[in-house]
Amino acid sequence: MANEVVDHGRRRFLTATTAVVGGVGVVTAVVPFIKSWEPSARAKSAGAPVTIDISKIEEGQRVTYPWRGLPVFVVNRTKAQLDALPSQDARLVDAKSDSGSAEQQPKYAQNETRSIKPEWLVLVGLCTHLGCVPDFVPVMKPEPFDPDWKGGFYCPCHKSRYDMSGRVYQGVPAPKNLLVPPYHFMDDTHIQIGVDPKEAG
Amino acid sequence: MANVFTRIGDWVNERAPGLMPTYRKHMTEYYAPKNFNLWYYFGSLALVVLVNQIVTGIFLTMNYKTSAAEAFNSVEYIMRDVEWGWLIRYMHSTGASLFFVVVFLHMFRGLMYGSYQKPRELVWLLGMLIFLALMAEAFMGYVLPWGNMSFWGAKVIISLFGTIPVIGGALVEWIMGDYLPADATLNRFFALHVIALPLVLLLLVVLHLAALHEVGSNNPDGVDTKHGPKGNRWDPTKPADGIPFHPYYTVKDLFGVGFFLVIAAFIIFFAPTFGGWFLEHDNFIAANNLVTPSHIKPSWYFTPFYAILRMIPSFFGTAFWGVLGMFGAIALLFVLPWIDGGKVRSIRYRGTGFKVALMTFAASFIGLALVGAGVVGELTTEWVPADATFWENAFGRVMTLLYFGYFVFLWCYTHLGWEKTKPVPERVVFDHE
Amino acid sequence: MNKRQPSMKKIISTVALTVGLLVGTNAAIAQEEGKLPAAGTNVHDQASLQRGAKLYFNYCVGCHSLKYVRYSRIAEDLGLSEDEVMKNLNFTGAKFGDVVISHMPEDSAQQFFGKAPPDLSLEVRAKTADWVYGYLNSFYVDPTRPVGWNNTVFPNASMPFPLWELQGIQTAVKKEGSDDVEKLELSQPGKLTPAQYQQATRDLTNFLEYAAEPAALQRQRYGIWVLLFLAGFTFLAYLLKKEYWKDVH
Repeated sequence: MANEVVDHGRRRFLTATTAVVGGVGVVTAVVPFIKSWEPSARAKSAGAPVTIDISKIEEGQRVTYPWRGLPVFVVNRTKAQLDALPSQDARLVDAKSDSGSAEQQPKYAQNETRSIKPEWLVLVGLCTHLGCVPDFVPVMKPEPFDPDWKGGFYCPCHKSRYDMSGRVYQGVPAPKNLLVPPYHFMDDTHIQIGVDPKEAG
Repeated sequence: MANVFTRIGDWVNERAPGLMPTYRKHMTEYYAPKNFNLWYYFGSLALVVLVNQIVTGIFLTMNYKTSAAEAFNSVEYIMRDVEWGWLIRYMHSTGASLFFVVVFLHMFRGLMYGSYQKPRELVWLLGMLIFLALMAEAFMGYVLPWGNMSFWGAKVIISLFGTIPVIGGALVEWIMGDYLPADATLNRFFALHVIALPLVLLLLVVLHLAALHEVGSNNPDGVDTKHGPKGNRWDPTKPADGIPFHPYYTVKDLFGVGFFLVIAAFIIFFAPTFGGWFLEHDNFIAANNLVTPSHIKPSWYFTPFYAILRMIPSFFGTAFWGVLGMFGAIALLFVLPWIDGGKVRSIRYRGTGFKVALMTFAASFIGLALVGAGVVGELTTEWVPADATFWENAFGRVMTLLYFGYFVFLWCYTHLGWEKTKPVPERVVFDHE
Repeated sequence: MNKRQPSMKKIISTVALTVGLLVGTNAAIAQEEGKLPAAGTNVHDQASLQRGAKLYFNYCVGCHSLKYVRYSRIAEDLGLSEDEVMKNLNFTGAKFGDVVISHMPEDSAQQFFGKAPPDLSLEVRAKTADWVYGYLNSFYVDPTRPVGWNNTVFPNASMPFPLWELQGIQTAVKKEGSDDVEKLELSQPGKLTPAQYQQATRDLTNFLEYAAEPAALQRQRYGIWVLLFLAGFTFLAYLLKKEYWKDVH
């Protein structure tokens, strides 16, 4: 027959083209299945910003609020606690929060007190080591785990320690400072967690 | 790169020397007749749908809640709140219906070309078992969304077992695990739908293919290519009319799959309920044990068998005859290889009686489907309002007789020597363009 | 090609015809309760959806929840801002991400109407858009009913007719010597002309159609591209098959 000679070039080209187009199709078809694992509209709704009233939180007190199912600590720090902060700098891993812990807070909380207003500390209360909830140990007195304790957070799981700004001490398993979530002041007595100040306008 | 692949290949071959021969036996050295026509796409399409059902099914279980209180809500949760959940669900629901479209056509192909006849009886029997498992799988899957049709469909179908003399009542309670379809029923159906029956289906599909590849594929001429003349351009000892499955039928089936996916995608994206045929209106109402939907009917793929059930009246004080008829309609298909004593396989060379009978059989199947779906009832209500039920029953009973008549006729036609066949060619008919 | 093989064109037209017939017949079944008018809805008409949503939240949500629909989703799909939705549609103080619940506690609803007003999230999928549209246009005064209203599409419905101030009041003209309703007449005009009222109920039905399946917006948008892609792939596969099958004689 006339077309006995196989055009190998055309055959290879068509095989490759069909394979590539088919491959693109398969990869595209996989995307919805991967996406279906993302937080659903219900999960997002449950993880919506949380507004809290801070007028009842006394000086030195810590209150925990759930946000996206995570424990968020809100601490009303005393003058003494704030004053003690600089004294710890030399014992901390990243006192200025600008190297290893640069991503552990929004830009507006990347300062000495790791907060918008000095006295109000807002943290996600999960140890940066393996995610346990650290204890709040505010009193400045010698502790078994630190004779020179100036108040802060102590993780019961693997003994990681953080100061009153959630900054991690040297020589503990936790690598980074505690996470500061996005938040802003709606007015003097209300904080909204989950929304940056500039998003809120 | 190529070197790396070769070395990996060698490494595997050394440790599992059986793999490559198995691949060759079923792909590159499986010599399929070269004259497959359109009807031969449906086997591979059924396989594609099976894979689709398994993949989308696995993803649906990730968000579906198996409980009478939550099932319906969880399906709407998938449809609305889960990212792309609607697509996964529609792929599964459309796939279920298309599974039956493809399988019905695949079975009809077998009837036309005598693919159930010797030596392929075992292939046919395994295929029929797949069909049975598929019906059970589809029925239980249909119950899971726990809409009002799910609930009442479950109730009606399970009640069929209640007509069995003596043990019926106890059997119904045992199947439901309650006095009506309830949480317990839903949970056991879920277990069967997502684990037990898929395993059975997969096993049967493997056996179906293994049995087929043992005896070789039939073809539209019904000519035995495996034991016919030898020698083709790939191997002088292999069937003259055979071509390697890979690449020739893999590329052909790839085209078939593409065409099929266009149709499937059109339904999924533009008509997922298919006008109430694939997803019924009443199933968008949550299950309600106090209100039966006014148009209660099974899914379209069960309607022919459901119609037989409805058309056979109860006598001697029992409704068991209808159930017997319905299961008999399927049982007869099982023994078709022994009912049909024809000497010729393909419809192309069989007697005129066979052609007429097969077309009548197909028509009766569609007719019964329309009766079961209530379409015939609608039409008779419109045309002869005074005697609507009489005419619907008359039509349905004629269709039922034609359905069963096919098997009676076929036995007489072939075993009593009435059939006048045409001569079968020695080689398959194949005109290349 | 073998003479026995039907041409591709013939197959396509047969498939299309069968599909058309099937869809057509079942649509006919859905319509059997009297001849329902066509709703004429279009979920891609965003302005209509917005007007429909406004009507829903002014007249319906008092009794009927949309328990599967979130305010945030409405905002996203109807092209509204969070503020617009929270100010103009949300009167219950629900959060933006919450689903739409009705104002009425279930117990008191039970007392008023004998049964709780149904959730309408899936009403259009359960009853069809034509049914809902027909229902909204078929209320008439009937002193024999506890709530004073009856409906020709859904006889003896236990629902009062909150849209009467828009449509006005319809009365039934009975067939001679029978209790069957022959037609409805507008005996007292409402705030809207009949044409305006039909458009308003069309918008409302449209919004409910959207609420029954928000994914319809996405699937039709993506569907076009999926079909084009698959058609292209099928064409390539066809060329590939042709090329290989040159070997087969």
